[in-house]
Amino acid sequence: MSQTETETETETVPDVATPTWEYDPAPEARELAHIRSSYGLFIDGEFVDPAGDGSFATIDPSTERHLAEVALAGGEDVDRAVAAARKAFGPWSAASGRDRGRYLFRLARLLAERAREFAVLESIDNGKPIRETRDIDVPTAAAHLFYHAGWADKLDWAGLGPQPRPLGVAGQVIPWNFPLLMLIWKIAPALACGNTVVIKPAETTPLSAMLFAELCQQAELPPGVVNIVTGAGETGAAIVSHGDVDKVAFTGSTAVGKAIQRELAGSGKRLTLELGGKAANVVFDDAPIDQAVEGIVDGIFFNQGHVCCAGSRLLVQENVHDLVVDKLKRRLETLRLGDPLDKNTDIGAINSAEQLERITSLVDIGEAEGGERWSPACELPSSGFWFAPTVFTGVGASSRIAVEEIFGPVLSVLTFRTPEEAVAKANNTPYGLSAGVWTEKGSRMFWMADRLEAGVVWANTFNRLDPTSPFGGYKESGFGREGGRHGLAAYLAAPALEG
Amino acid sequence: MATDRLDVRKTYKLYLGGRFPRSESGRTFEITDSKGRFLANAARASRKDVRDAVVAARKAQQGWAAATAYNRGQVLYRVAELLEGRRDQFVAEVAAAEGLSTRKATSQVDAAIDRWVHYAGWTDKYAQVDGGLNPVAGPYFDLSVPEPTGVVAAIAPQRSSLLGLTAVLAPLLVSGNTAVVVASERRALPAITLSEVLATSDVPGGVVNLLTGHVTELAPVLAGHLDVDALDLTGCTGTEVDTEELERLAAENVKRVVPAPAEEPAFDAGPAGPARILAFCETKTVWHPKGT
Repeated sequence: MSQTETETETETVPDVATPTWEYDPAPEARELAHIRSSYGLFIDGEFVDPAGDGSFATIDPSTERHLAEVALAGGEDVDRAVAAARKAFGPWSAASGRDRGRYLFRLARLLAERAREFAVLESIDNGKPIRETRDIDVPTAAAHLFYHAGWADKLDWAGLGPQPRPLGVAGQVIPWNFPLLMLIWKIAPALACGNTVVIKPAETTPLSAMLFAELCQQAELPPGVVNIVTGAGETGAAIVSHGDVDKVAFTGSTAVGKAIQRELAGSGKRLTLELGGKAANVVFDDAPIDQAVEGIVDGIFFNQGHVCCAGSRLLVQENVHDLVVDKLKRRLETLRLGDPLDKNTDIGAINSAEQLERITSLVDIGEAEGGERWSPACELPSSGFWFAPTVFTGVGASSRIAVEEIFGPVLSVLTFRTPEEAVAKANNTPYGLSAGVWTEKGSRMFWMADRLEAGVVWANTFNRLDPTSPFGGYKESGFGREGGRHGLAAYLAAPALEG
Repeated sequence: MATDRLDVRKTYKLYLGGRFPRSESGRTFEITDSKGRFLANAARASRKDVRDAVVAARKAQQGWAAATAYNRGQVLYRVAELLEGRRDQFVAEVAAAEGLSTRKATSQVDAAIDRWVHYAGWTDKYAQVDGGLNPVAGPYFDLSVPEPTGVVAAIAPQRSSLLGLTAVLAPLLVSGNTAVVVASERRALPAITLSEVLATSDVPGGVVNLLTGHVTELAPVLAGHLDVDALDLTGCTGTEVDTEELERLAAENVKRVVPAPAEEPAFDAGPAGPARILAFCETKTVWHPKGT
């Protein structure tokens, strides 16, 4: 067949990459999630009313529908939760590792048994697609419990110093982007190591944490080992600064993380921080481009870009820039945005009006600074918080959308010519949480992996998480690791520095 | 007669970027022995000297980290070799600085030499001890390895002028960090003599930068410096410096901080495994798919 004939034939081949058919709605059963009209605090093994009469609403961000009233914990409530955790610490830390592990195994199983219910509830409260809560958030959370359950009676062999000891009461504050998964990332290693916890879920996503509290009761976890207090920033600050908290673990923005580090100065409290990111996703000209495009999409549009390790800066080798951007745009045309409970949905709702406002304002700045903005044709629902997947090309290295964490479905595309330039641009950020590299050349992959200042480097893949794999940042993305053997160190007394 | 000879005295200067400058401020301060007798003038480093030291440390960091682990081990071992050759000089200086008998000063110097040998042997081992393969639930090769944090600022212990300094400095060099160290304020001379050893060994210029001066003046500049990645406050114990304020300043760029201990550790007992090495390491995890 001659070249000419091939071309002629290609022109007549229908475009099968872009589906033209309509999808019927395929909603997951909303009724699976039993949402109560109001929620108390979970302290000392019981659901209790807060000392004050404060409460706040949690809503479904895809419809703005009111879901429930949630207790607002004040200083007195935090005192009570910390006291319960302190009281529980003695027996819990003295319990055998085997028994602590047994409780965690129970929790892992209970969570897996009610996985779909958790997935539906999480999608409703957070706005993320059921495909993600069902396939990632909930099963990964159960896996984390199962993994850490197994550590509880093996800490002596973890290589983290002789006679590993727990720290005491851990005060933990988590974000809204993976409400249940972050809850488990914090609770599982803390409990396995013999600590007790007071944890605050994010104010926009408290419901899965309160459902997890039910599991703690069903597992007959000793009262006070896990205490869950709901509220906003002030509640978190009360936990962090509480005099009887021995360890603070925070996941959230770099600005708040710095404030916490400042607050804890001189306190002797142990601290781990998992903060923001502005990950580079580096695509070389020899990369498997179609795979890379899938990775780019997964890297920035997974969970509406509400991911601290999101690949928000695409660095493409100059000679394949147009090819990659064209393919990326074609792929984005096929993404489906809408009802988070629809099994076909790829992009769900933005978590809150506040976050939508932040994304919108940064995107406006991106346009004002000369970036070329593009989104696929995409009808946004009339109510709820939505933002279409957005790609900026022609972005300057110092443009705010290339520098600041947007925490939304917004990708900035920059170019490079040489591997050295790619490294320099990738590392030119105060953040250092994650990075991606796409190339078929093994030696270059390892050369890049060596040089990228990031706690996690995904080579020809992106946004992979696993309980066995340590996760955490370099530089201003924080310190300490979550997951794997390294993650245990965050919940054990630091080994002596001198013999 | 030998005793008639007037000795040639040394001007003690800073060690910065592989060179021995005086403080840009032109200031010095008096160093006395344990009985208060004048020993020498030491350079009193300024804020500008700190900044120059951080620039030198940053410039040297990538190269030092890129050296092979075997090479870093040999370089650190070479420090021990040269220290051994100047053992008598260090014994005399440590005895004068710390008010020790020759026998006790000798044991301090020997322990310091041993400490360099000990850490020289860690360079190609700590990564295997701390890192490893993560058995993830999927077709991925998933590896975690410790990497140097970057530029580390350390306040050297105040009492143990040579052994304490070595115990803090050597481990942070193992992984490929570079250092800005503030020497013991009142027992500064052994530190400067150590920098002469570093300068004539194979430690590249800028990898270790040693400042003498007032800890209360220099430590806050290091703690607040945005190009310093980590802070070792071990040597703040026994000084007037406000360590709480240092920790607060360190938060500005999320520095990793080793806090000041309640009492200066007894360094004689030897290091507790790789703990000091790993205190200034970052865990990097690399995922790579497996497939045909």
